[in-house]
Amino acid sequence: MMWNSPSEFFAMGGYALYVWSSFGACALVILLEPIVIRMRNNAVIRRLKQQLIAECFDKESSQ
Amino acid sequence: MSKVNNFSTADSRWINWFKLSSPSTFYPVAGKLIPIFWVLTAIFGIAGLWVSFFVAPVDAVQGQGYRIIFVHVPVSWMSMLIYLVMAAWAGLGLIFNTRLSAMMAQALAPVGAWMTFLSLWTGAFWGKPMWGTWWVWDARLTSELILLFLYLGFIALQASIDNPRRADKAGAILALVGAINVPIIYFSVKWWNTLHQGASVSLTKAPAMAQTMLWGMLLMTLCFWMYSIAVSLMRVRTLILEREAHTDWVRQLNEVSR
Repeated sequence: MMWNSPSEFFAMGGYALYVWSSFGACALVILLEPIVIRMRNNAVIRRLKQQLIAECFDKESSQ
Repeated sequence: MSKVNNFSTADSRWINWFKLSSPSTFYPVAGKLIPIFWVLTAIFGIAGLWVSFFVAPVDAVQGQGYRIIFVHVPVSWMSMLIYLVMAAWAGLGLIFNTRLSAMMAQALAPVGAWMTFLSLWTGAFWGKPMWGTWWVWDARLTSELILLFLYLGFIALQASIDNPRRADKAGAILALVGAINVPIIYFSVKWWNTLHQGASVSLTKAPAMAQTMLWGMLLMTLCFWMYSIAVSLMRVRTLILEREAHTDWVRQLNEVSR
């Protein structure tokens, strides 16, 4: 086994700051990017729905 | 008889491929593909992280600090690969005037920019303990920084032109001209005397590293690759909805009409 204890694993032989900053930044980007896209996607769908409702109102009021 | 049958199947395959280039048929197909690529991302990611932290041996010179290689090299490879794919889609859009190709290029730019940023970020956090500096203006680092500016320039140029078709054309030319930077990045460590080390993995000679390290890097590369596909498919679906908002098929989509 490479590591004798969890604390030894997290210490990364003295390179903890550098190793975890690198892996952490990658994890953060990978987690946040899909969430941002999801939010934008939902916003687009909400706008399209409102447009459809508005058009229905237009038709009803013109009749 | 069999000949006729062959013809008809070949014919239908062609039709299917061309059909996929239309946003209305591609939209649901992309929706079905996204979960598959997320599962692949997770599988390769877990396997890659396991190899990088628990299987790959400690480095004789750099100690545990070398483990940054397992994210640094994959994101750097992806930053260059995504640019080439983006330029290819942009070029296809320019030649065949297909809307979907241009949307694919536009969907790839942000994930490429993030990969380039991560390449520079992890590189800085590797350079600090090993070289004693976060940044040097050497050929490899500078050309990678230019790649980031090319991605940002592409995104900004497309966003600044109101007419989407004209934005596609202007972006495509920028993407194609900028593609010259990718071989410059790749060969920079050969052409110039750089502080950055030479290629870790080469196609022409046997890898100069332990087999398990190579496996870790390959698995992590596959993880980032599948992630890039999943995220760009998600983004291209949003772009399709935005750009095709006026069409009937978008209005009749389940998620919109209900």
